[in-house]
Amino acid sequence: MIPTKDEFYKALVDRHGAENQKKFDEAVVAICGLGGLGSNIATCLARAGIGHLILIDYDFVDVSNLHRQHYKINQVGMKKTDAMAANLHEINPYIKIETHNIKLTEANTKPLIEKADIVCEAFDSPESKAMLVNLVLEQMSDKYILSSSGMAGFGSANDIKTRRVSKRFYLSGDGVSDVNAGIGLVSSRVMVCGAQEAHMVLKILIGELEA
Amino acid sequence: MVFLNGKEYELANKTLATVLDDFKFDVRTIAVEINEEIISKTTFNETILKDGDVVEVVSFVGGG
Repeated sequence: MIPTKDEFYKALVDRHGAENQKKFDEAVVAICGLGGLGSNIATCLARAGIGHLILIDYDFVDVSNLHRQHYKINQVGMKKTDAMAANLHEINPYIKIETHNIKLTEANTKPLIEKADIVCEAFDSPESKAMLVNLVLEQMSDKYILSSSGMAGFGSANDIKTRRVSKRFYLSGDGVSDVNAGIGLVSSRVMVCGAQEAHMVLKILIGELEA
Repeated sequence: MVFLNGKEYELANKTLATVLDDFKFDVRTIAVEINEEIISKTTFNETILKDGDVVEVVSFVGGG
């Protein structure tokens, strides 16, 4: 038997407190990119009871994703947005999920993330990361942007940190471990970085703004 | 003196574009803030650094 919405909500209130849970329930969070970072961020936030997620990715689930991304073998070939929405609804059937199966560019991003209070950058390429961070900071002054840089390889997970770069801009990662240096992405380390972004989302929502 | 990513340099009166070039930053993969305000790429050429400015250049590397 699937618990009712009230039962589900009460279980969250018991852990997070009623005041905090109300803030999570009312929040809109955009997750841009649904790979190793984004699929883990989305899973954390759906579990925490964020009311409304906007999921954006243009890619399809590939067998090479399964070592670090929150998809299943029977989802290979599906749009990541569809597969992610299905997986999140299995965890939390009461979350509102909006999906956009599109490659974000400087020209199309703004209307898709307009409703979000907080934007999580979860792309792979450094150019896309820079594009989204610059766009939000320059043109969407009501939002927080959380981004990641440097999480590849088998280096210490303790080197993954989150810092508040400026008022509305947070950065997670070790800052240097580049996947393009041939060191590959490792599930656990990428997950640490994604979890830090997700954790910062929750902290911002309850008014704890320091990293 | 100008602070660039936490270190002091003699960069006053130089343009941001020149400094980014001198320090070998790739403008396609960075976000630049001066005194916690984002600087648009379109204004790098006309942004002149002043004594006491705190410049933060975030360089993104790949992976996600």
